Amino acid sequence: MTARLHHLLSMEDLDAAMIELILDTAHKLHEIADRPIKKVPTLRGRTVCNMFLEDSTRTRLSFDLAAKRLSADVLTFTGKGSSVSKGESFRDTALTLKAMGIDAVVVRSHSSGAPQQLASYIDVPVLNAGDGWHQHPTQALLDLYTMRHHLGDLSQLHVAVIGDILHSRVARSEVQGLRTMGARVTIVAPPTLLPPSIQGWGVDVVRSIDDIIDDIDVAYLLRVQHERMQGGFFPSSREYARIWGMNGDRLRRMKAGSIVMHPGPMNRGVEITSEVADHKRAVISDQVTNGIAVRMAVLYLLLGGGPEGAGHASAEVMA
Amino acid sequence: MTRILAAEDVTRVLTRLAHEVLEANHGASDLVLMGIQSRGVPLAGRLADIIERIEGVRPPAGAVDVTLYRDDLRRRGPLPLGATSFPVDIDDRVVVLVDDVLYTGRTIRAALEAVFEVGRPRAVRLVVLVDRGHRELPIRADHVGKNIPTSFTDDVRVLVAEHDGEDAVDAFVTGGGA
Repeated sequence: MTARLHHLLSMEDLDAAMIELILDTAHKLHEIADRPIKKVPTLRGRTVCNMFLEDSTRTRLSFDLAAKRLSADVLTFTGKGSSVSKGESFRDTALTLKAMGIDAVVVRSHSSGAPQQLASYIDVPVLNAGDGWHQHPTQALLDLYTMRHHLGDLSQLHVAVIGDILHSRVARSEVQGLRTMGARVTIVAPPTLLPPSIQGWGVDVVRSIDDIIDDIDVAYLLRVQHERMQGGFFPSSREYARIWGMNGDRLRRMKAGSIVMHPGPMNRGVEITSEVADHKRAVISDQVTNGIAVRMAVLYLLLGGGPEGAGHASAEVMA
Repeated sequence: MTRILAAEDVTRVLTRLAHEVLEANHGASDLVLMGIQSRGVPLAGRLADIIERIEGVRPPAGAVDVTLYRDDLRRRGPLPLGATSFPVDIDDRVVVLVDDVLYTGRTIRAALEAVFEVGRPRAVRLVVLVDRGHRELPIRADHVGKNIPTSFTDDVRVLVAEHDGEDAVDAFVTGGGA
């Protein structure tokens, strides 16, 4: 086993061996979803706090289900109706959770860096469930899992990440994870939605999806956020669909066996047409299913052991 | 190191164990062999092969990983997981757990919990290649390949060709009693 995981804050912190371990662990845990009783006792007596300071449906439900399938108790805490809305500082909220003796915090926040900050206030594992424009590591991990499941060796893949890269935490995590695993990544985006740092990402950048459509194994579409449509980043949603959107015509030009992915929620008719969204080569519902196993894997690897220092790497047999 | 069983001995012992399982079950009907990860899995497969040669039908053989059910996870780190696969619905069948070494009994307790999460077998039996004593729980094997009395400081290692390149049972005596 490689070095132990302490927090899951950014894909930057994970090397290829750790990513492999997480994906392999998720693969083993996947089987639990097919059982009549979809639960194992592994995290019995542990409490996971889901701290969602920004709206989320699928990530919150997925973390909730993952923790429950491992028999952890789950506390859910949203921005609205909590002391955070009364102006309590983030640090005081963290200290309150610490005083309550919780064992891990899953945090979603609109401000970049909030999970790192939280990790400095409390000594239990912190899992980043998306922070601002910064990172969304479990999304990247479930995507890597899905790609590996459908296409095999990640280092042999050519993945196009298409859409609003500038405002996307998914894109940042996704590209880092893919690059760590040795995949080739091409970014397709309106020039106004590219971050200035893109040169350092180790990716190719093209203007139009048609430049690479017949060469890619995965078309990874990012959501066009409604507020960007009014922001003057591109002329109109119809224009966006024409140049950067995935439609049936483009799908038919992709290689045999290639797949289309989307982190959800989708804007049908903008970045993806309904024909593609509902096509069997769009693996969007697999991504959702796999997300539960991947989050179980991360919770297991962060919480499955005892306190730090308990000889975790031992291969000793319990006969 | 003392070699207790060589490859041919392991084959003979497995053949006898297969006969014992069949005798106790009055044939191969309803049997499901579940090997405990990791070395119990190939042993369960071998027993299924031998039963097929004797009876003409191969009982389904699967694998169970007990890591998620261990009682000592909190004292250790998160251990790597092995695969679990139940080849058939185990309700009302006779599940035969197969492991290489029976020692404290804690692995078997964990395996029983794993089995009962997926169904309600009519009975559960336990087959082990080696029983080395020192039980910490009220658990015993139905069929034992070889009893090897040991002290706590000794070690018994089962080698199986699928994992280790050869079949054998070795004892490592470190001297001194328990």
